[in-house]
Amino acid sequence: MGSGLQQSPAIPAAEAATTPAPPTAASAAGESRARVRSWWSWILSDDPPGRLLLNAIMLLIFAAFLFAPFLFPGTKALGVASRICIFVILVASYDLMLGYTGIVSFAHTMFFGIGAYGVAILLASGWTGWGAVILGAAAGAAVSLVLAAAIGLLSLRLRTIFFSMITLAVASFAQIVAEQWRSLTGGEDGLTFSVPAILKPGFRLFAEPVLGVTVNGRVITYYLTFAVSLVLFLFMVRIVNSPFGRVLQAIRENEFRVEAMGYRVVAYRTMVSALSAAMAAFAGALMALVLGYNGPDATLSFSLMIDILLMIVIGGMGTMYGAIVGAILVVLAEYYLQNVLGAINGAVAGAPLLSALFHPDRWLLWLGILFVLIVTFFPQGLFGWLRHRR
Amino acid sequence: MSKQWLDRLRRAAPYAVTPLLVVAALPAIGPAPWVTLTVAGLTMGMMLFLVASGLTLIFGLMEVLNFAHAAFVTLGAYVTISVLRPLAGWTAQPSLVLNLAALLIALAAAAAASGTLGFVFERVIIRQVYGAPLRQILITIGALTVIEQLVIVLWGAEAIPLPKPASLRGSVFLGTSSIETYRLFALFVGLAVAVAMHLVLTRTRIGLVVRAGVEDREMVQALGYRIRRVFVGVFVAGTALAGMGGMMWGQYQTLVTSQIGDGMIILVFIILIIGGLGSVGGCFIGAILVGLTSNYVGFLAPKLALGSNILLMALILLWRPRGLFPIAEH
Amino acid sequence: MTNGDQALLRLDGVHTDIGRYQILYGVDLLVRRGQVTMLLGRNGAGKTTTLRTIMGLWKPRQGGIAFDGRSIGGMDTPEIARLGIAYVPENMGIFGKLTVRENMLLATGGQGFVEEQLDRVLAFFPALKLKWDSPAGSLSGGQKQMLAVGRAIIEPRRLLLVDEPTKGLSPAMVDQLVAALLGLKSEHTTILLVEQNFRVALAMGDDVAVMDQGRIVHSGSMAALGADERLQQHLLGLSMAAGT
Repeated sequence: MGSGLQQSPAIPAAEAATTPAPPTAASAAGESRARVRSWWSWILSDDPPGRLLLNAIMLLIFAAFLFAPFLFPGTKALGVASRICIFVILVASYDLMLGYTGIVSFAHTMFFGIGAYGVAILLASGWTGWGAVILGAAAGAAVSLVLAAAIGLLSLRLRTIFFSMITLAVASFAQIVAEQWRSLTGGEDGLTFSVPAILKPGFRLFAEPVLGVTVNGRVITYYLTFAVSLVLFLFMVRIVNSPFGRVLQAIRENEFRVEAMGYRVVAYRTMVSALSAAMAAFAGALMALVLGYNGPDATLSFSLMIDILLMIVIGGMGTMYGAIVGAILVVLAEYYLQNVLGAINGAVAGAPLLSALFHPDRWLLWLGILFVLIVTFFPQGLFGWLRHRR
Repeated sequence: MSKQWLDRLRRAAPYAVTPLLVVAALPAIGPAPWVTLTVAGLTMGMMLFLVASGLTLIFGLMEVLNFAHAAFVTLGAYVTISVLRPLAGWTAQPSLVLNLAALLIALAAAAAASGTLGFVFERVIIRQVYGAPLRQILITIGALTVIEQLVIVLWGAEAIPLPKPASLRGSVFLGTSSIETYRLFALFVGLAVAVAMHLVLTRTRIGLVVRAGVEDREMVQALGYRIRRVFVGVFVAGTALAGMGGMMWGQYQTLVTSQIGDGMIILVFIILIIGGLGSVGGCFIGAILVGLTSNYVGFLAPKLALGSNILLMALILLWRPRGLFPIAEH
Repeated sequence: MTNGDQALLRLDGVHTDIGRYQILYGVDLLVRRGQVTMLLGRNGAGKTTTLRTIMGLWKPRQGGIAFDGRSIGGMDTPEIARLGIAYVPENMGIFGKLTVRENMLLATGGQGFVEEQLDRVLAFFPALKLKWDSPAGSLSGGQKQMLAVGRAIIEPRRLLLVDEPTKGLSPAMVDQLVAALLGLKSEHTTILLVEQNFRVALAMGDDVAVMDQGRIVHSGSMAALGADERLQQHLLGLSMAAGT
């Protein structure tokens, strides 16, 4: 194992902090260019996607999302874009554990659900307004953090596989609780609620359409999602490039050595687990706002866990940006692969086996095959491969 | 002297859990339903044991956890459907002999199909990921998804009924308790397999090698045994058992969907954790515990039934963090 | 050192890595047929790694290992064992959950126990007879060591690799073990023996090789080393020479 994953980074001495070297400049123009560059590198925590081509692609993606309501008008497209943004956070937070620390957890969707229920329960109980949203999100994140820490302290000492099985059982339990505890969670039907006023579809920010698009509650919801996702993503990029992040990567490579150097591996694993859980909860809170609804099928299902795994592996583990690539590819595939399959299906309608293979509902088969191929031949994923072949 | 007693108590304690549970349930449930539920629990435990035993041996021997194990269960159920279709004449008749013959053929077919897929699976997928737990988990989950989708491609997405054969429907009566006839069949088959497994493990050379390999793989190789070949055999046996488990589970549920393996695999994992990864004996006891718990709690507090086994697992882990009968670390 | 034909086992410039760390830096070793070769050295010198490399548990990155003229470096462990090499590891490799009988049975070929061979082993280690049907995990440290050695010799072997058999044993047990090993020696079994106990080394060894930091730093006859106290100090340090 380890082929394609990043090289082991140097572990800092216990207290040392690293600072990026200040750029030098010759002229005033050069100075301001340098200031922009250093500001930019601060934002990206000195961890840009790659060199020219990759940076350009990422910039293009960023621009596409920034102007999404205007580039891709229509409710469906905006819904897809929101979903992608949320998944980027969900997957990037998962990458913190899987790609950077080497932990496989199946409880991630549980924290996603807790964050969503946090917001949903408060809003559904009649308390409307931003207070409820913020409190719900914060409560969801806090519960997730504590729960993840508890699970971590109790089981992260155990072998990888044992831990994974336990997270599976815990997530399963959470799903059962959500389905059974009708009075709190609405059971299998879930909770429907009213979102704050400015997020409602009927709300108009401007009376007149801007650039041909009516700026209504949906658009605002999208921008809220986009903004929060952006901030959380950059925050996570900062984390992985900090001394803390480097220790995580060292743990993934060789935990015995790290323990021998004086770092308590269990403590670090627990911390990253808790942080990851909190991020997932925030993603869940956003999801609830976007859907105006939350239920076990929306946030707790195992198929969502499979989706996260698909995204992280296809996009690229241990790169953060891989989460973006993976989320875009898989979400788009879910929506549009079905159309492609439908077309092929029409063409082979005669042969029963072939048409069953290419049935639109079998998109998961093809993604699954892609997943297995990538784990086997391209463990670094699409983004990792693009980044390292240059 | 008392330290020796404490020690003995410590070692015997895990064996006491099941009897304690059974005895404690009697006053809570009442004698008549208790008999029914206990038989039901034992039966469910046997079916779960079929599926779980293979998985725990595979893990104990080579430290590979096959998250795709559920797929072999599912395949077993579907193969049974296909095999029993042409034999519908035999299963429709109220003749025990014909029914059993049909079921045994189906059992053999399910085992053969899953075992064959297991052989291919070990070669193509598992072989690449020995010693790499992360990739193991990922690749086997991917394979699980693919195999389940392929099952839909071959058999369709709708749920397919798998009725019990004529002479095994209904119930027999033991005093005032009723016991489903099919359950007795399943119990019998499960016990037969468990006994056979025990005999192979304790009385044959290959069983000896497997038991030694679970404790110390390297040393077995240093004694000249080609453990890789043994492993392929154990893997195929494990997946064949899963197929058999799938056949019985499918018929028990009387309705088969592509998710049938997933539904039971959580319970299987719980059994592995409770029993101790790698221990077949622990697996047996764990399976019975889970079966009994499901049925007792299902009767006493239906709302808790689904989560009860996870709570059981948590309780046992708090007491014995590595399961009831852990194997020594390699 | 001596005529190449007498070499049953020969290592040439063997380098072994464990993960990212190099442990053996070009080990040259000769084990003569029918002789007992002692492998001495401080903790961490690479003695266990050398044995494990010979046994195929770790593959050498570089260098050759020849057993009776046949190259075995890179072969799989079971194949190496089948050539007639037995390994008694430092942790003894006992299967605790199996009985003593089952442990011994594993070391025999398809037909099971052969009367004379079993009697021979039980003559060396009578304690095993008493515990024959007990789980091997319930044996004392010394008894486990006897079982480990007994298991290695129940079938005729061409080479024995033994790693620190006397470690942690009581003096009485050490004597019993040494007596058994001397018995083997008198049968002209070829043994490569790693030992920390210098007294045992002196009693057993015909040849000696001393390792330090992954290399052989001295090789020669045990008798010569035994006579040269200054050399002993220099190679092995006070801890060894003073060892019981």
